Amino acid sequence: MLGIEDKWVALAYVLCLASTILCVIYAWANRNRGDETVEADDVKWVAEEKKMEEKL
Amino acid sequence: MMLAQVGLFDIIVVLIYLFLTAYLGWLGYRGTKTTADYLVAGRKAHPFIMALSYGATFISTSAIVGFGGVAGLFGMSLLWLTFCNIFVGIFIAFVFLGGPTRRIGHHLDAHTFPELLGRRFQSKFIQVFAGLVIFLFMPLYASAVLIGGTEFIATAFGIPYDVALLVFAVIVAAYVIFGGLKGVMYTDALQGVIMFVGMTILLFYSYAKVSGVVSGHQTLNGLSDMVPATLQAIGHQGWTAMPQFGFGGTKYNLWWIVVSTIVMGVGIGVLAQPQLIVRFMTVKSKRELNRAVGIGGVFILAMTGVAFTTGALSNAYFSLHGPLFTGRVIKTVNAEKGHVILQLMKANDAGVWLDLVDEKDKAGKVVKTFTQPQQQDAAGKWLPVAKQTNEVGNTVEAKVVPAVLDKAKPYLTEAGPTAPQLAQGRSISIVYAKGNPDQIIPTYITTALPKWFGVVFLLTLLAAAMSTLSSQFHTLGTAAGRDVFERLFGGETSSGSQRTVHIVRVAILFGLILAVTFGHYARGGYIIARATAIFFGLCASTFLPAFVGGLFWKRMTRSGVIASMIVGFLVTAFWLLFVKAAEAEAIGLVKMVMGGKSSIFWNAPNWPVVDPLFIALPLSALTAIIVSLATRPPDKAHLAKCFPPIRNNVNA
Repeated sequence: MLGIEDKWVALAYVLCLASTILCVIYAWANRNRGDETVEADDVKWVAEEKKMEEKL
Repeated sequence: MMLAQVGLFDIIVVLIYLFLTAYLGWLGYRGTKTTADYLVAGRKAHPFIMALSYGATFISTSAIVGFGGVAGLFGMSLLWLTFCNIFVGIFIAFVFLGGPTRRIGHHLDAHTFPELLGRRFQSKFIQVFAGLVIFLFMPLYASAVLIGGTEFIATAFGIPYDVALLVFAVIVAAYVIFGGLKGVMYTDALQGVIMFVGMTILLFYSYAKVSGVVSGHQTLNGLSDMVPATLQAIGHQGWTAMPQFGFGGTKYNLWWIVVSTIVMGVGIGVLAQPQLIVRFMTVKSKRELNRAVGIGGVFILAMTGVAFTTGALSNAYFSLHGPLFTGRVIKTVNAEKGHVILQLMKANDAGVWLDLVDEKDKAGKVVKTFTQPQQQDAAGKWLPVAKQTNEVGNTVEAKVVPAVLDKAKPYLTEAGPTAPQLAQGRSISIVYAKGNPDQIIPTYITTALPKWFGVVFLLTLLAAAMSTLSSQFHTLGTAAGRDVFERLFGGETSSGSQRTVHIVRVAILFGLILAVTFGHYARGGYIIARATAIFFGLCASTFLPAFVGGLFWKRMTRSGVIASMIVGFLVTAFWLLFVKAAEAEAIGLVKMVMGGKSSIFWNAPNWPVVDPLFIALPLSALTAIIVSLATRPPDKAHLAKCFPPIRNNVNA
C-alpha cells in the first residue's frame, strides 16, 4: 500500500493519518461542549499563578 | 552546499526572529495577555494558541533532528512513534487527562506537577521527591535538545561542534533570562507557526525530490539490500520494513530497540511530562481542550510525521542524487540494480589513485581516515586492502560503503591487469552523515534543499528548541525553588520568597551548565534520541501510575504513591546501570562488577536492549495498586475537596 511493502509499516503510516483525522473530527464534534463557569477556585489559582510567575 | 555562503543574510534573519520573540516576551512580561489573564477574564483563549503552545513545547530539535536521524538510520518503523505521539500524546492526553488535571489543579491550588501530586496525596515527601527527580534529570533532556540544534548549526555554518554548542547555549541562556520563561502564549504560538510552515515545505520538497509518494517509497523498498552488515545482523530489513521480530537472539535486537525504547519510551512517556501537564491547568474549560485536540493532532503529524518520513526518505534521495563516491567494487550485491560494496579510493594531486583506509580503535570507533598506495603482488597484479594491526593496537582496514552505481557512468576506467576498475556510485544517509545518525537530517537539509530553505529550517529548529528549552528550564527552576526548597525550608516570608528567587536562578544556571557539559561529552550514537527516551521513560515509570491514579482512583493512598514512585525510579536506575548495555557501558559501573561486560544479562539476548520502561512501569503500577489496597483509604473530606461536583454551563 502506498508503495510500502511491509504491511506493519504501511499500517503505521495509515494510522498516523487516521488518528489525525480522529483528532479533527473529535474537535469539531465537541467544539461547543464542556464549557465551565469560572469559580472561586479558578480565580484563586490564577492569582497564585501570577504570583509564582513574578518570582521567575 | 553550506549555508556559510549566505552567512550575512542568515544572521540578519535569525536576529530579526530573536528580536521578535524577545519583544513578545517583553510584552508578556509587562503583564498583558498571559494564559492566566485569559482565564480570569473568562475570555475564550483561541484554541489555536493553546494547541500550538503545547505542540511547540512538546516537539523540539530532539524530535526533528534526533528522532528524524534515527528514522534515517532505521527506517519508517519509527512512524509507530508518530502514531503514539498523536493518539496518546494529543488525543488521550487532551480528552481524558486534561480536564481532570485542570479541575484538580485548581481545587488544590497546584502550580507545578510535583505540587499537584503532593497536594492530592497530602505528602511533602511526594512533592520533594518528584521535584528532585525533575531537577536532576531534566538537564539530560535539555541537553538532547541542545545537541539537536548544535548538530544543525555546526553543519550548516561549517563550524566546529563545540563552538556551535557554546554559541547555541549563549543564545538559549539569553532567551531564558530575558523573559522566555513566562510562558507567554503568543511567543510559543509564533514558534509553532514557524515550525509548521518549515516542516510542511520540507515534506513537499522531500517527496518531490524522489519523484512522488509512491515512487519514493518504492525506491526506498528497493534499497533494502543496501543495509550495512552490522545493522542487518541485528534485524534491520530495510527502511520501509519493520525490523525482524522475535526474542532470544541478537538478530532481534533492533526490533526491541525501536519498539521498547523509541516507540514506547517516548510514546507513553509523554503522558507523564511535567512541563506538558501543567499546561492543562491554564485553560478556562474542557471546551478549550476539545477544540485544541484537532489543531494539536495536525501539528504533531506535521512535526514528527514529516521528520521521520523525511529521515527515512533521505536514503532514497542520496541513492539517487547524492555526491558520488569513487572506488573499486569488492562485492556485487545485486547486479541488476547496480548495488555493490565499494572500497573507497581517492586520487592524489598527481592523479594517482590511492586506497582510502580507516584506522579503528579497539572499540571499533574510527579514529582516523587516510590514504595509502595500492598494494600489488610480485607479478604486479593489484591486491585488495589487507586488514592490519598497527603499533598502537588499532586495526587499519579498507573504507567500504554500500553503493548504488551511477546509472549513466558506473565505471570510470577499464579493468586491467595492474589496476582495478574504478567505479562510482552513491550511498545511504548514514554514510554521508559520517557515521553519526544525529547528522543525517542536517546533512540532508544542507545537501538536498535550496539555500533559502536552509535558513527557514534553521528558524524552525530554533523555534522548536527555544519553546521546549524555556519550558524545561521553567519546570526545572520551579522544581528546585518551589517543590524542593520551599517545601523543605519554607518560603512564605518575604525574605524566604527572595531566597526562592535566588534558588530558582541558581538552579536554572546549574541545569544549563549540566546540559551543556553533557552535550559536549556525549555525541554520536543517536544520543539525542536515547537521552530523550531515558528521561521520558523515567518520568513514565516514576510518575504515571501516581498521576493517573491521582486523577481517577479515589482509593489510591499516599503510601501507595510513595511506594510506586520509589519502585519506578529504582528499577529504572538499576536497569540503566546494569542491564541496558548502551547506557550501562557508558556509565561504566556494570563493567567494574561484571569484569568488562556491558550488562548483567550479556548472554541473554534481547534483555540488554530492552527499555527500562518495559519492566519499571508495570512494576510501579502494580506496587501502587497493591500498597494502596493494603493501606488505609484516604480521608473523605480531602477527597471531597479534590473532587467536588462539576458545574457545567448550560449550553449544548
